[in-house]
Amino acid sequence: MLTHDIIIVGGGGAGLRAAIAAAEVSQKLSIALVSKVYPMRSHTVSAEGGTAAVLRDFDNLDLHAKDTIFGADFLADQDAVELFVKEAPGELIQLEHWGCPWSRDPDGRVSVRSFGGMSVDRTLFAADKTGFHLLHALFQTSLKYDRIVRYDECFVTSLLVDGGRVRGITALNLYNGQLEVIVAKAVIVCTGGGGRVFPFTTNAAIKTGDGMALAYRAGVPLKDMEFVQYHPTGLPGTGILITEASRGEGGWLKNKDGYRYLQDYGLGPPTDTPVHRKMELGPRDILSRCHMQEYSKGRTFEGPYGHYVHLDLSHLGEEVIDKKLPFVRELARNYVGIDPVYEPIPVRPVVHYMMGGIHTDVTGKTPLDGLYAAGETACVSINGANRLGSNSLTELLVFGARAGRAAAEYALGQPSPTSNPLEAMAKDERQRLDRNLIRKPGGKERIAAIRQEMQKAMEDGAGIYRKEDEMKNSCNILRQLRERFSNIIIEDRGDVFNTEVTSALELDFMLDVAEAVVHSALNRKESRGSHTRTDFPKRDDAQFLKHTLAHRTPQGPRIEYLPVTITRWQPEERKY
Amino acid sequence: MSKATITLNVARYRPGQEPAPKIQAYTIPYHNDWVVLDALNYIKDQIDGTLSYRWSCRMGVCGSCGMMVNGVPKLTCAAFLRDYHPQEIQVEPLAHFPVIRDLVVDINDFMDKLKSVKPWIIRKVEKPVSQGEYRQTPQELEAYKQFTQCINCMLCYAACPVYGLEPEFLGPAAIALGYRYNMDSRDQGQELRKPVLGDHAGVWQCTFVGECSEVCPKDVDPAAAIQRSKVEAAKDWFKSVLLPWGSR
Repeated sequence: MLTHDIIIVGGGGAGLRAAIAAAEVSQKLSIALVSKVYPMRSHTVSAEGGTAAVLRDFDNLDLHAKDTIFGADFLADQDAVELFVKEAPGELIQLEHWGCPWSRDPDGRVSVRSFGGMSVDRTLFAADKTGFHLLHALFQTSLKYDRIVRYDECFVTSLLVDGGRVRGITALNLYNGQLEVIVAKAVIVCTGGGGRVFPFTTNAAIKTGDGMALAYRAGVPLKDMEFVQYHPTGLPGTGILITEASRGEGGWLKNKDGYRYLQDYGLGPPTDTPVHRKMELGPRDILSRCHMQEYSKGRTFEGPYGHYVHLDLSHLGEEVIDKKLPFVRELARNYVGIDPVYEPIPVRPVVHYMMGGIHTDVTGKTPLDGLYAAGETACVSINGANRLGSNSLTELLVFGARAGRAAAEYALGQPSPTSNPLEAMAKDERQRLDRNLIRKPGGKERIAAIRQEMQKAMEDGAGIYRKEDEMKNSCNILRQLRERFSNIIIEDRGDVFNTEVTSALELDFMLDVAEAVVHSALNRKESRGSHTRTDFPKRDDAQFLKHTLAHRTPQGPRIEYLPVTITRWQPEERKY
Repeated sequence: MSKATITLNVARYRPGQEPAPKIQAYTIPYHNDWVVLDALNYIKDQIDGTLSYRWSCRMGVCGSCGMMVNGVPKLTCAAFLRDYHPQEIQVEPLAHFPVIRDLVVDINDFMDKLKSVKPWIIRKVEKPVSQGEYRQTPQELEAYKQFTQCINCMLCYAACPVYGLEPEFLGPAAIALGYRYNMDSRDQGQELRKPVLGDHAGVWQCTFVGECSEVCPKDVDPAAAIQRSKVEAAKDWFKSVLLPWGSR
């Protein structure tokens, strides 16, 4: 049994920021950073366009807050948003001090660019690899701290809960198949989103909602899970992200007639140079719906991977593309054989981000004592029903740091847990894993088959447009898949790097997350932000200006609600 | 019409179950737009769940999926089947690293080397966040930007003949990272990195084969970082011999 003061599950942007923040609270704290991958492999690495904060004279905090709340379709907690915009500039300057290679203006200041739904240029960037540079800067900085102890490639299988508090974790060490038992006074979950519950996503293979499911199983509700963001511009087939920065820099979306169709949906008029919040700089939920409308009118292209439109950057010229969007050029050339300097890029909406997640307060604290969460896996909520592009990297910094500090303060005031009940619990977990997976005899269901059927059920029932009978059908399918999961076949009997077992564990987590998404969606009988119901096409503040909380029960999710915090911005119609 | 297929010969090794690595052949449907990683995923999902390998982003930025493809270090998410078809493809774990299992190698030596170059901003006096950002001109950024592009995929180590023979060699990516911080206008840690970069196992072991820069999928050009570090180190050596009383 290993002992630390704090365990952080997940080594991406939020986890690393939390680890550094906790380490800086006190030199006495020992911090375990447990991840199923090496930290620099985490999905933060794939974020491209930038990270928002008020750093210029032409901008102000209220404007950032208002844009965020408006983008969220008024489901964001306004007290949380106010904290978020206030602490964002300091976090980004801190990251600058830690070596992030930001793109710069000629006078040496960090550059800012336009992004969807933002009223002014406030998105800092490092070309179009912002997440990559942010993650590596945080990871490399974290190496300074000897009190951050890494457990790389350890797959967390459960939270240990005793006496109404979290006491530690169990984690499968991929190197030897041992189940590590790590006890601590506080645990911070920073495992990112779960886009892989859908078939077509920008998300990396590792984005399987592990932390959401861990907390959910430990009795913590998942908040606002029905809100799943489709990014309007992914590459057909692979789902690889083409950043919103390509539109921030002036890219155009065109249908098969070469027409900038967004002007038909109240986002016009079209202009040659981008105007904030208009046309291609509209928010993601609306742009993804516009794409679907164009499709239904027969004005999209049809390809081997379905309908698509064109993202045209050619008028920006090679110099701008190479300086500001080099990764977009690399990705388009490599994966669709298109050079955006000369030709438009085929794009279509793709599952990108989960606004929902583990229910936390503004310090990252969950309802379970000692358990914290931050980043995409958490829901504070600043994103409400639709996140604005470039708020997520900022969020993982602000709330990663907040959770790290809060967990550190909590841990300093707690006695060390006694190991007796935990050893017994860990033994039970070992037996559960052996029985159900690692030494499981028989079975006939293939992991990949159940995974694919789950993904199809999610796309069919919880896609861009939703309606009751389709969602109910998906709920039923997910229940059946849960049954069938108990009959999976595990062929790999090895202890070392057994990725068949980890695939099964991930699928197990995803089935929980998927159910929470569809049940939350089924119960929200309105349209708000990313959640669009054809049977309830209007926003309904009288009944649904509130957060969904999904609690896990053996029969499926139990849905409750929580009021939204409104401070200074009264709900109004959301028009751009 | 019979569908086109392609055969992958994949290195397998399961410690405790097999005495030595072997090659296993898998014949799968051929798709013009698939990469080697897609083929491995097809094998794992449809044919053989016991095959183990690392992957995540499938877009060339997480650095997980480096393997030897027909003997050349490649990101398998960026190695297209069409560049090999109809020939068979040999897929093996990255050269010069201990194999843990199948296509998975032990990278802890590399992780230790990364840390050894102190890859973080070192300041004599830290500026408080309240005083704002450090100004850095686009030209100052340009001086080190290329060396920030490393995704730690370790293809350069698999290509480096020196690392293959002398495992204590710091290696291309770690040297490039140390150089990246040395060249950053915000950093003042060059002296502290000198004992590692200027050591026998540091830049001097490189015989300038240049394979590292050839295989780098991100055009980092670690060979250039090594050569420039040698020049810096040589200048220091001359100074210490010719100006023993110190000039800086």
